[in-house]
Amino acid sequence: MRALVTSVYLFLYAPIALVVLFSFNAGRSASEFTGFSTVWYGKALGNTFLITALQNSLMIALTSAVLAAVFGTMAALGMQRLSSRSRAIFDGLFAAAIVVPGVVIGIATLVALVEVFSFVNPALAAIWPGDKPPQLGLGYGSIIAAHGLFSLALVTMIVKARIASLGRDIVEASSDLYATPFTTFRQIVLPQILPSVLAGFLLAFTFSFDDFIVAFFVAGSKTTLPIYVFASIRRGVTPEINAIATIVLVASLFMILIARVLMRDKTTKVQAGE
Amino acid sequence: MPMTTDRKRQLLTAALVAPAGLWLFVFLVLPFMAMVVFSFGERAPEGGYQPAFTFAQFANLPSRAAAFWNTMMIAPAGALLCLIVAYPVAYYLAVKSNPKYRLMLVSLVVVPFWTSLLVRTYAWMYILGSRGIPNLLSMIGIEDVRLLNTPGAVLLGIVYGYLPLMIMPIYVSLEKLDRRLLEASADLGARPVSTFFSITLPLSLPGVMTGVALVTILLLGEYLIPQLLGGGKVFFIGNALVDLFLQSRNWPFGSAIAVTLVVVVVIVLTVAMRIAWKVSGSRQVDLV
Repeated sequence: MRALVTSVYLFLYAPIALVVLFSFNAGRSASEFTGFSTVWYGKALGNTFLITALQNSLMIALTSAVLAAVFGTMAALGMQRLSSRSRAIFDGLFAAAIVVPGVVIGIATLVALVEVFSFVNPALAAIWPGDKPPQLGLGYGSIIAAHGLFSLALVTMIVKARIASLGRDIVEASSDLYATPFTTFRQIVLPQILPSVLAGFLLAFTFSFDDFIVAFFVAGSKTTLPIYVFASIRRGVTPEINAIATIVLVASLFMILIARVLMRDKTTKVQAGE
Repeated sequence: MPMTTDRKRQLLTAALVAPAGLWLFVFLVLPFMAMVVFSFGERAPEGGYQPAFTFAQFANLPSRAAAFWNTMMIAPAGALLCLIVAYPVAYYLAVKSNPKYRLMLVSLVVVPFWTSLLVRTYAWMYILGSRGIPNLLSMIGIEDVRLLNTPGAVLLGIVYGYLPLMIMPIYVSLEKLDRRLLEASADLGARPVSTFFSITLPLSLPGVMTGVALVTILLLGEYLIPQLLGGGKVFFIGNALVDLFLQSRNWPFGSAIAVTLVVVVVIVLTVAMRIAWKVSGSRQVDLV
């Protein structure tokens, strides 16, 4: 049993380790390690297309995750005050945002936006006083909107679970002691849900940063890091891709580890107290 | 006239849920409706969409039967394969592992799920590709082994990519299992094997169902794994959709396929939930 479990862990981590190992290969080979070198990292970091894609990905992930964290937390707080019927509608829509495959979300956003642009752009041109009317198109905005959808559902789900586990008694005690609802929120509720909000933010960031398929449809002429990596892979496997892959891995690893620490905060404390 | 507390409460609630509601409506409900409308339209001569009301796109679905067939065969097969690998791991984590290291071991399972699937799939492209295992095999005299671009490679990629998602719900259902039941069973003279089949396994079925349903549903929309490890030979619905939207630009037909995919997902989900409910009420999943 132990041997089996150990081999599954090896199975999970060995391929990733191999990618990382060969990112430090001095030679071009993918199977023969000819010496340690960081030359591929230098090459990757000197690649302006790659750096642009990385900047785009960071900006998109940050914006969509911040919006999702704020709106998702608001929704989680507001939903418990809704009538059970409205709450069921929200629950259903959030579930749909998570369950509907990314490829379908990408397509639906693409067709809807292209259709909207085909009406809005001529209208804008007609009423625009200057010579150069602004042209709406696919790009950063559409990626943020599509990523934000999944992230919003993710944050709401996580924060809602945290709110549900909060004791009502402490909130009631606070209002019994004549705290205004806002003071109660700021001093009692917010500190308790903050770790889950942060965890939701980090997971949303990681999702957006790693997503390929949704961005592939709605990116227009813009490139995100996964789109760049995908295009490079199609051109052929090189240690440079390994170097980029390693950077991507380290970034998301960092995010997910912080998110886990934040979410397990309470559990570990309880266990430590045992 | 001052606002009543009730009115204030309602306004606050509305303000809290309004941004999320608007986002869901504009970027989920409306796009989905647009996609349904497109699926009844026609392909414009230069590509894209032109308005019409025709069932031609849906009638044309059989021309992509291979993509549907592959998806409907390989996705459940991949999920079952995942289950076979995942169950012993979940069992070990929940029942046998040292509680001191349990949290860390569980983290080690979850973390890969949140790292780039593209990178993890690339790792296997790299290992199975001509410069990977086949190259090593040729050094010991076994020539011309093809691993990449086969159904086997796609299945391997699926198990690799979705194993964490299968392990977690099973682990959660096994962890909640009351240990006293196992002790009682042993005290009554049952052998470990019969305890497992009469107590542990039935009680972990909700977790198993959740895992199989989650993985199957996500696989139905998979694109990257068949694209990178199947190399155009083993293609899913997702691959057909990318082709129709970004290469041949037949948006109405692509929309019809996407709508059909959503219908399939909903059917699978409904059936899975029915079964899960029958097995037991609990459906908690911990993905993070």
